[in-house]
Amino acid sequence: MIAAALQPSAPGRATRAGSVPDPGDPAARAAELALHSDEVPRHAVRLVVIDPDRAAAPRLERFAALPRLLRAGDLVVVNDAATLPGSLPGQTAGGVGFELRLSGPVDAGRLSGVLLGPGDHHTRTEHRPPPPRIVRGERVTVAAMPATVLNAAGRRVELAVHGDGDALWQALYAAGAPVQYAHRSERLALWSVQTAYAGRPWAAEMPSAGRPLTWDTVLGLRRAGVAVAALTHAAGLSSTGDDALDRALPWPERYEIPVRTVHAVHEAQARGGRVIAIGTTVVRALEAAARAEGDGASIRIGSGVATLRLDAGYRPRVVSGLVSGLHVPGESHFELLSAFAPADQLARAIALAAAHGLSGHELGDACLILPEGAGAVSSP
Amino acid sequence: MNIQGQGALVTGASRGLGRALAELLAARGARVALVARDAGPLGDVVAGIRGRGGDAHAIAGDISDKSAIHRIAGQAQGLVGEIAIAIHNASTLGPTPLRLLLDTECEDLSAVLETNLVGPFRLTRVLAGAMAIRGAGVIVHVSSDAAVEPYPRWGAYGASKAAQDHLSRILAAELDGTGVRVLAVDPGEMDTVMHAAAIPDADPATLQPPAQVAARIVAMIEDGARAPSGGRLVAARWEAAR
Repeated sequence: MIAAALQPSAPGRATRAGSVPDPGDPAARAAELALHSDEVPRHAVRLVVIDPDRAAAPRLERFAALPRLLRAGDLVVVNDAATLPGSLPGQTAGGVGFELRLSGPVDAGRLSGVLLGPGDHHTRTEHRPPPPRIVRGERVTVAAMPATVLNAAGRRVELAVHGDGDALWQALYAAGAPVQYAHRSERLALWSVQTAYAGRPWAAEMPSAGRPLTWDTVLGLRRAGVAVAALTHAAGLSSTGDDALDRALPWPERYEIPVRTVHAVHEAQARGGRVIAIGTTVVRALEAAARAEGDGASIRIGSGVATLRLDAGYRPRVVSGLVSGLHVPGESHFELLSAFAPADQLARAIALAAAHGLSGHELGDACLILPEGAGAVSSP
Repeated sequence: MNIQGQGALVTGASRGLGRALAELLAARGARVALVARDAGPLGDVVAGIRGRGGDAHAIAGDISDKSAIHRIAGQAQGLVGEIAIAIHNASTLGPTPLRLLLDTECEDLSAVLETNLVGPFRLTRVLAGAMAIRGAGVIVHVSSDAAVEPYPRWGAYGASKAAQDHLSRILAAELDGTGVRVLAVDPGEMDTVMHAAAIPDADPATLQPPAQVAARIVAMIEDGARAPSGGRLVAARWEAAR
């Protein structure tokens, strides 16, 4: 979730982590870094570019200019997971209602996720009443399907749904909706939360960095000599309604990297191209696959579970640049972006975004962080 | 394309050509998602395929309903994984007996376009991106000679199929180089419920069995060299290379 304003400590941290002193007092900085949270149509998304020359000021582009901002030989990697209708109504045998929010893919009739108390998306997740307590072995109903609780630890549950796969999937899509965002008045439909290349329904929430990537832009990248490849990463929840659980996000997430994409990464590395991840889920998958291989920067083909946590101290092995939504200091995502650019540079980018009225919504504007010192991008 | 192990989706799969295509794809080792409006007859077809050892799944859904499209695509990919073969077979004639265009209600023409043109477009929009990003896939639009010949009384259906043919060609042009092949296939006259509704007095002996046409369409899916993207193929003139 996007914080409406900064946490007081954030500008200080930005200064500590960065190489350039942060001008201005913290309160003024905070106001400067506040982003609004309106949805932006996917064809109108703007991009704040953090240049390879870290001394250069960040600048604004249209997202559709991406082919011009990258170089022939670069590789763009997307997450093709489709967004699940992961918000499911349920009730206990005693008739107490709850919301089950799936945290990952459906696994052979098993649903994993967190429980939220009654209420709808107009209430912020953290303000929802606590869910009913359910215990292992209990029978519940989810999406109008009977289910047995396999595991329950606080809000986290794992359920086995009774019935065959066809009936389960029909029920999920009949009763479920994509996870909703509190600061939006209308209900989001599945049409609004899918990327243009979404395939298997693995994502608990939309891999939203790829939302503005239209086919016009994908084909434009390929015409410009930039390769585009896909992996599937089961993007998890951004919020559980429980602070302690939220601090441990993201949880381990399943990914799958096809052989074609592994080759594309190795070929880009061999020719000196940069690997640009569309979204932090792609970073997580590629970096996990590199660590699985263990020999440096090559990556392992196939499936795995990403457990690594990215932060300012993380040194990426494979991914050199990143497209992401806009995140203000203090958010976990901002911390993650700090692995790719100094925090002061990120704060300057957010200040530019704020000054030009860019949106920090999941369905908002974006930033492109190019790797340092790899040569300046071509100018318009 | 090698059919074995591929994920496939077939609309209008509870009877006629759609059913024959789903059965044949499953027999060739594809994992098949069968889509139709009515769950009952669809369940029987799926049970039959499974009884013969095939991998088949039933999805009840109406492709003319925009809100059903992501449900259909999501259920299909949840059940069979990535879709490499999508066959737009479901279609409607509109009210029968068929009427002259000047006797066709505006709403009936719109409904025919929703099912035969807009529905397939929406489903392609949701399925083809994943194919193109991964560099492989085949999309088949089941057409008709009514798309080409101006048969009186076939106005709504014929116009919808002509538009679908052109949609197919433009998609093929736009997806050129992505590895996704887009075809339109005229299956010819078949012994189906739909044909009987349109031409009740036709002699079934003169009509092709749907399974025979399905075999030709599956051969086209397999043979990218002889069935290149953008093509409009006539099944009756296709002899499968063996």
